[in-house]
Amino acid sequence: MSVANCYLPWEAEIVERTQETPDIFTWRLRFTDPEIARQYTFQHGQFNMLYLYGVGEVAISVMSGDGSSLLHTIRAVGRVTQAMMDLRVGDRVGVRGPFGRGWPLFDARGQDIVFVTAGLGCAPVVSSIRYVVANRPDYGRLVIMQSVRYRHEALWAPQYDAWRGLPDTQVLLTSSRDKTRWPLWELGRVGVLLDQADYDKNNCYVMMCGPDQMLRDTAKTLIEKGVPGPRVFVSLERNMQCAVGHCGHCQMGGKFVCKDGPVFPFPEVAALMETEGF
Amino acid sequence: MAEVPRYFPRARLAELISVVQRAGFRVIGPRVDQGALVYREIDGVEDLPQGLTDEQAPGHYRLAANGTQRHFSWANGMSAIKPFVYAPRERLWRVDRDTHGIHFRPLMSIAPRTAILGVRACDLSALILNDAHFLRNLYPDPYYRLRRENLLLIAVNCSHAASTCFCASTGDGPEVSGGYDLLLNELEEGYLVHSGSPSGDEILQKLATARPSRRQLDQARHQLDACRQQQRAMPPAPRLTGLMSRLDHPSWDAVAEQCLACGNCTAVCPTCFCHREVEAPALDGQSSVHRRDWDSCFNEDHSYLVGMLVRPDIKTRYRQWMTHKLATWQEQYGRSGCVGCGRCTTWCPVGIDFVAQARRVLEDEA
Ligand code: SF4
Ligand code: SF4
Ligand code: FES
Repeated sequence: MSVANCYLPWEAEIVERTQETPDIFTWRLRFTDPEIARQYTFQHGQFNMLYLYGVGEVAISVMSGDGSSLLHTIRAVGRVTQAMMDLRVGDRVGVRGPFGRGWPLFDARGQDIVFVTAGLGCAPVVSSIRYVVANRPDYGRLVIMQSVRYRHEALWAPQYDAWRGLPDTQVLLTSSRDKTRWPLWELGRVGVLLDQADYDKNNCYVMMCGPDQMLRDTAKTLIEKGVPGPRVFVSLERNMQCAVGHCGHCQMGGKFVCKDGPVFPFPEVAALMETEGF
Repeated sequence: MAEVPRYFPRARLAELISVVQRAGFRVIGPRVDQGALVYREIDGVEDLPQGLTDEQAPGHYRLAANGTQRHFSWANGMSAIKPFVYAPRERLWRVDRDTHGIHFRPLMSIAPRTAILGVRACDLSALILNDAHFLRNLYPDPYYRLRRENLLLIAVNCSHAASTCFCASTGDGPEVSGGYDLLLNELEEGYLVHSGSPSGDEILQKLATARPSRRQLDQARHQLDACRQQQRAMPPAPRLTGLMSRLDHPSWDAVAEQCLACGNCTAVCPTCFCHREVEAPALDGQSSVHRRDWDSCFNEDHSYLVGMLVRPDIKTRYRQWMTHKLATWQEQYGRSGCVGCGRCTTWCPVGIDFVAQARRVLEDEA
């Protein structure tokens, strides 16, 4: 990130655009300044502030890539992201980042890796699943658990099938609102998957993202099952406007989610997640 | 007051102001505006209040004549000095659009060299907290830095505490302890003056001053001692962290019944830092300005997340304000975020008393 002015975006071009579902799309971006493109690096779990001309900025986690080919998967839900839906290949946007603390993928080498996601906001986790898959020999068993409301909303379904075929890998899926049970799918919330997961409780790292309540309940269950608390990591979402610890919107008690997170060891935020209003 | 100060009579305050102006500074000082004191640009000593004191109480502020010739015989005004470093509205950058793309350009206006006369101990402490937030940060704020570097601070020790003041209990006043360029003690007949920096030395050298008498030194000390006898006291910082283990206390519900969520308290607080980013596109569609405006955790959308509000009601918002200021601020910056100025209590339209409310949650009898 530019040392001189942490508020100033860089220009980037949309070089490719994929419509994933009616309201989810993926951009492949390239910084127009070759020097920025060359220097840009990120850690999985970090985010960028994406800027739409004349509308504003929004925090979006970095999916993968580098400065000449940066992937962001965006769900059109708010004022800025809905307007971003209309952009086409060749259009320019602003980008600043990356910001925040990412997943502990380095510390987790040699350990079993458990990913738990709920809902559609699982982009922060998908980037690190891809990383672990790409560096399979560095890690132990890989367990991926995902819950969605309806099976047809499962954005990454084709990938799940591919990942299922990898050695020492388990993919567990559930839909909470479907009536019919499909092959390879459970019915219910993510909790129904936890008993089926096969991993070494004492030698694992858990990485989760989803709504606060699901994170809290799942983290507590896993800890009750014997996973050490400091090995459970959650990626949190809060209102982010500056991304640099100045604007105060992302505060959660004494934490600035933008710079102290968005990824936290669960014990750091457990108490605050118990009370409404933080 | 370790080293011996110098003395000049009241008539020479005008000279101090013009020396500062000749050194290239615009001078900001206390001025009466709509019945209250605010910091604004002054041309000379004639713009300063004189013979006025402030009566403050929860939800109440009034200036009254006190029959003296003094310019600084009041506790504080509505605005602190925060707006001069952390502007209520700061233009951050501008983006221009043409056939080649979009081009970003920082809007770093040259901050005028600014001297502030009449800075209080509490406001200097708050400035140190502002510095911690905006400068001693992983990402130093270039806009704040520019304004901060161009400041000359002329502090004045308090000689009068309002009934809402509690800086003695937070350790931030009434005596200024550092961070100033010049420090004044206002006496019946004139001023004691200290320099606290090379810029302060330079100004002081251009001013005719004398050795103060023992009686003058005693007068300054007695004034400060009297000022330390304040009517309110905030519990000590380690006690305040206890607010976080009393998040379900019934007095949060009670205060939410009274609180209008107007945000006056966060607006007058010298340490609040929240702001929102705002986009202002030009009408011709070819450019847009990105700026930040002060915000408040009392605003509903402060905690907005797609489809939900983290703090949906006044209770959770009031609790955010108080727990952040007094408890979680300690985790962020190593001390409480409250410097005891009492403004949030004075300027609360329904007179919620910040100290009393903290004590109610802590079940701490004053
Ligand atoms: S919380 Fe109230 S008393 Fe404390 S510094 Fe802010 S305005 Fe002053
Ligand atoms: S969260 Fe509230 S109390 Fe804390 S700095 Fe922001 S406006 Fe002030
Ligand atoms: S997003 Fe502004 S402080 Fe975190």
